[in-house]
Amino acid sequence: MTTVTADPAPPSTPPGRSARPSRLRRSWEKHWYAWAMVLPVVIVLAVLIFYPLFRGIWLSFTNLTEANQAAEICIRSITGSEVCNDNPNKWEFVGLDNYVRVLTGEVGEFWQWTGTTLIWTLVCVACHFGLGLGLATMLNRPMRLRGLYRVLLILPWAVPAFVSAFAWKFIFNERFGLANALLSAVGIDPVSWFADRWTSLLTAIVTNIWLGVPFMMVALLGGMQTIPSELYEAAEIDGASAWQRFTNITLPGLRPVSMTVVLLGTIWTFNMFPIIFLVTEGQPAGQSEILVTGAYRAAFEGIRNYSLASTYGVLILSILLVFSVFYRRALRKQGEVW
Amino acid sequence: MRRTARGTAVLAAATLALSVAACGGDDEAAEQQPAVDPASLTAELTWWDTSDPKNEGPAFQELIAKFNQTYPNVKINYQSVPFGEAQNKFKTAAQAGTGAPDILRAEVAWVPEFASLGYLYTLDGSELLADSADFLETPLASNKYDGKTYGVPQVTDSLALMYNKELLSQAGISAAPKTWAELKTVSQTIKEKTDAEGVYLNPAGYFLLPFMYGEGGDLVDTADKKIVVNSAQNAAGLAIAKDLIDSGAAVKPSANDSYGTMMTLFKEKKVAMIINGPWEVNNVQQAPGFGGLENLGVAPVPAGSARAGGPVGGHNYVIWSGMPQEKVDAAVAFVKFMSSAESQAFLSEKLGLLPTRTSAYDLDAVKNNAVVAAFQPVVEAGVGRPWIPEAGQFFGPLDQMATEILIQDKDPQAALDTVAQKYQAEVVPSYEN
Repeated sequence: MTTVTADPAPPSTPPGRSARPSRLRRSWEKHWYAWAMVLPVVIVLAVLIFYPLFRGIWLSFTNLTEANQAAEICIRSITGSEVCNDNPNKWEFVGLDNYVRVLTGEVGEFWQWTGTTLIWTLVCVACHFGLGLGLATMLNRPMRLRGLYRVLLILPWAVPAFVSAFAWKFIFNERFGLANALLSAVGIDPVSWFADRWTSLLTAIVTNIWLGVPFMMVALLGGMQTIPSELYEAAEIDGASAWQRFTNITLPGLRPVSMTVVLLGTIWTFNMFPIIFLVTEGQPAGQSEILVTGAYRAAFEGIRNYSLASTYGVLILSILLVFSVFYRRALRKQGEVW
Repeated sequence: MRRTARGTAVLAAATLALSVAACGGDDEAAEQQPAVDPASLTAELTWWDTSDPKNEGPAFQELIAKFNQTYPNVKINYQSVPFGEAQNKFKTAAQAGTGAPDILRAEVAWVPEFASLGYLYTLDGSELLADSADFLETPLASNKYDGKTYGVPQVTDSLALMYNKELLSQAGISAAPKTWAELKTVSQTIKEKTDAEGVYLNPAGYFLLPFMYGEGGDLVDTADKKIVVNSAQNAAGLAIAKDLIDSGAAVKPSANDSYGTMMTLFKEKKVAMIINGPWEVNNVQQAPGFGGLENLGVAPVPAGSARAGGPVGGHNYVIWSGMPQEKVDAAVAFVKFMSSAESQAFLSEKLGLLPTRTSAYDLDAVKNNAVVAAFQPVVEAGVGRPWIPEAGQFFGPLDQMATEILIQDKDPQAALDTVAQKYQAEVVPSYEN
């Protein structure tokens, strides 16, 4: 998200660095209005993104919590007196302690959460993309009631996520839910969905797939409609089968769109907080927790641990940064200009 | 972290806007006056009520209306805040210095935490504690931190065995079980002789405390600064709970929505016994088809080999230290009224809640109240909890442990060792394991 903003550099840095002062001045005289124009954006970005970002990184090297953040704690009496004492355990710089504690598993379950997050992201994005592609292909053909189908398929996206989450949570309720009622109706024993790590995660994945498919479908449908129909006509004349047309025209034609939506989808799913938090609540016993929900619980339940929260944040950000870098490199290798 | 950090920035901006807006409102708080004539007391107070808005809220609002008959010019902004959210919401607001309620109904475990952070007024020396000898000892103890008192007990409670009289008599059982062993046989009999199941155990740390206390266990030893949660007593207590489920005497609980499932099954007469507190009495009483109070039996939690005891719970009235001094008289008058023996008796009569004042138990409304009579021995046998700021954090690991043992079949001792390790690492690092 930080990368999509206007970049002030190109108009202002002229090529060549030898005669810098005079060039800089000339450039400033010529382009001052451009700077003036981007200044508000730069300020907003600095205040809203860069300052909190760097402060967060700094916090992860301290032991700041809710209890030790104040330099002094004041006890006010209802009778009017006030006594302030220095906080005996004031926060301090602790270096890499937080990272060591998190990565060695002394606090929280970082590695388990990471594993669950990767599985969760992979399965969700794969299903989003696969189902979205299938539905988009179906809807891309002329058919009766196409408008109606499109509206129905976009519906999950229009419902607020927490409403869907609660609905699905209830569907999977072990005693009163629809899922077990259906299973009993066909003679299968009811399943204790939330009693096992994997079935519990499955409920969240199903919910998230239901929520995420419409976006993929719409994006891919849009991509399909930009593919010139002449290509299909030509292929048909050459005798290409439907499958050949799909693999040789549709898929390559969708490449720019699909690469972007997969990257976006991965980042969104990786950080998808509400579904796990509301549907499985981390049950059973915290085993279906993903990184963001686990970090939330570890840092914000009880006396809030801001430094620990920042540590998790930095770790999550690092994982996503590494992923994005590799993803872009892979794309560039395949000749995508992205 | 980017999300949290930016959230903080937005919050700060919102707070700023709020504080600017709030400056205009404070003028209404009246000039300080001696509280002689109640009508001359003018102020506007915000009260966060964390009780159930449907079951308990209306009775508290009636009480406010009564308060206003005496103090017509003290406006109480009654705000119902969900119990699960109130703790964090209050801390956020109190820390920001604005948006916190003047008065809060705080759960007993929250008070030491808020007090240690400087968010509450100490009430020592005020009218509110003038007759503090009248308060029951254990509920009052939850208000004390570091030698000072920060709240006034509103209500006390403990866990009890709540049962469906009709189902028990259908199974030919005349008295509620007194030990866990009895509970097991009673439960199996009910299962055989009626359509209902015997007992439902909520797989959460708080609800398993009676099993641990029953064998003489505890979570931490505050005097010696020792973590004792993984003691052999606790493991033995939890083994009893596990056996109830393994043997089929208790329903296999679900991991998600377990509390709600327990209440639904009990109200629909599909389960004969549960372990729960007086705060659900009104809910059960109003359930259609249950049979009202006549059908609701309340008995102390069954005993283990050492004793029978549930955790002492309850709520206190606390006053936010950011409340302007001009409002003190009004706030004191309000809390004094709400915690008076008469008001407590009113709440007992309406909701079956347990008073925290000894004198309230002499009033007719309480003395003749069947629910209070049933819960009184329960509360007297209640085991006090460690009143330290970290106490609220004990329950996260315990809840996980409960799920692991009761649902996932993990060995109690192994699960408790993990809990002890987490306490050491995350909750009370200065304690000895």
